[in-house]
Amino acid sequence: MRAYAETLPNVVVADRNLFTCSQDTQEKIKEYIREYDLNRVVVASCTPRTHEPLFRETLREGTLNKYTFEMCNIRDQCSWVHRDDPEKATEKAKDLVRMAVAKARLIEPLTDISVPVNHNGLVIGGGVAGMVSALSLAEQGFKIDLVEKGDRLGGQALNLYATYKGDKIKPYVEDLVENVNDHPLIHVYLNTTIKDASGFIGSFASTLTDDNGEKKKLEHGAIIMATGGKPYRPKEYLYGKDPNVLLSLELDQEIMKGSDRIRGARSAVFIQCVGSRTPERPYCSKVCCTHSIHRALTLKSLHPDMQIYILYRDIRTFGDREDLYTEARDKGILFIRYDLENKPGVEKENSRLKVTVTDHVLQRPLEISADIICLATGILPSDNIPLTKLYKVSATKEGFFLEAHMKLRPVDFATDGIFLAGLCHYPKPIEESIAQAKAASARAATILMKDTIEIEPIVSVVNPEICSGCGTCERVCPFGAIHVIEMDGVKKAQNTPASCKGCGLCAASCPSKAVDMCHFSQHQIRAQICALA
Amino acid sequence: MSNQFEPKLVAFLCNWCSYAGADLAGVSRFQYPPNIRVVRVMCTGRIDPVLILETLARGIDGVLIGG
Repeated sequence: MRAYAETLPNVVVADRNLFTCSQDTQEKIKEYIREYDLNRVVVASCTPRTHEPLFRETLREGTLNKYTFEMCNIRDQCSWVHRDDPEKATEKAKDLVRMAVAKARLIEPLTDISVPVNHNGLVIGGGVAGMVSALSLAEQGFKIDLVEKGDRLGGQALNLYATYKGDKIKPYVEDLVENVNDHPLIHVYLNTTIKDASGFIGSFASTLTDDNGEKKKLEHGAIIMATGGKPYRPKEYLYGKDPNVLLSLELDQEIMKGSDRIRGARSAVFIQCVGSRTPERPYCSKVCCTHSIHRALTLKSLHPDMQIYILYRDIRTFGDREDLYTEARDKGILFIRYDLENKPGVEKENSRLKVTVTDHVLQRPLEISADIICLATGILPSDNIPLTKLYKVSATKEGFFLEAHMKLRPVDFATDGIFLAGLCHYPKPIEESIAQAKAASARAATILMKDTIEIEPIVSVVNPEICSGCGTCERVCPFGAIHVIEMDGVKKAQNTPASCKGCGLCAASCPSKAVDMCHFSQHQIRAQICALA
Repeated sequence: MSNQFEPKLVAFLCNWCSYAGADLAGVSRFQYPPNIRVVRVMCTGRIDPVLILETLARGIDGVLIGG
């Protein structure tokens, strides 16, 4: 591939690296730029969707215009998908490199477009992740609007008893709510949802609506999504039919209240993975193994002679949570494994509950009498779909928000200027939500602190000498970014780069070919096609 | 088998959806025939019909537009 690339027109040097994105290769690229006086660079590796910004930065540091760079995707779209046909995959890679070089010969230096930044932030969701995000930004001096659809701040943390280290959650949440409510830079909107949204990084406009249907339009430079999650509510195991069958969060509340149900209980059964790790919801909810074991220990400390059984499929007490598992076994809590094909049964028997389960070691059915049953159900996202549509952000098929890149941009959405934190991302314990909220607010602050922000100049350009002022571009533009105006008594199209999203509808529709796209010009795309054919 | 017709195809893919989908196919290690060459565009709205005609006129057997 390297030797082939060197034969292509205008290529003066080609090299191969184990990791082209590594620090030392970046230095090497800069050296090559100096040594060979390069004015275009092509990298054939992974996808520009993740790594183009990195290489553009390298070019900039190498004193080239950062847009004189072209990336050629020979991993995600070639070697990885044609594993079984290396010969044809290599042919394809050669074609792709040839196309990229052909385009690179025609790409032009561009200047970033500067747009003003609104310094206010919007946080959607008033749970722990949302409150920590809002507070962290407000403490840095930014004015924050915090929107919560419910009638109080706190979210699911209000229902939680303690962290796995035993710290009580309620006092922490109460403090947080008080700090948020008292902060002069935070405005809290309760019973409020987002009705409409528009804009882009640095200047988003969101329309809020409250329960009375009253609307308010607010502007922000950056947004944090922290819409939280909720427990799955099963129909099985007599849930909702017998008051002694509780969800994990309901058990926590009973413990916090010190209810008779808990005081009188002499036997408890925890059933793990309820509605979780099933074909319908294949993901693990991460917190439930630890939560059940920890709560079993709480019950054991209240009643040392209580019989406690944990019916599980796999135990995932990760990290130092494993100590809780060991402690539970030491204290006589019994763990019985079941599988998805042979789930436990729950029946009412006189005033108590009867649980039947087949023990996988004994290979025999067991019957357990229980006073309370705790169902560790999976965590579901809130209904994020309307927000994905309003703000053009991604979600997984389960409805959790999806970050731009797990390692490179872990709290960013692919849509610039919008970030995420907490359970809306995927199930996680409270300390991870807090860490993520702080990360998201730090990321948001990198935008909010600026007066202007540079955006990619991949926008339309009008050649007024060819433009006939027909107005086709204005009619097709979905963003109102191109208008026909009078110039010296003649009608001509004029673009507004800050509003342009670079879709290129105007360029494709222009009957006189007077509109073209920067970095994706007719010329450049034709060159790619010609290089291939 | 060696004489079997193997079409050469060009795919114009939108950066925000289908191109991302093609990346995801890679990340997921899905396998598909190596007959296709991708041209990335910021939106399929950019595909001037002239580009499609030109691609076909130059001997490419088919054009896929994903967006």
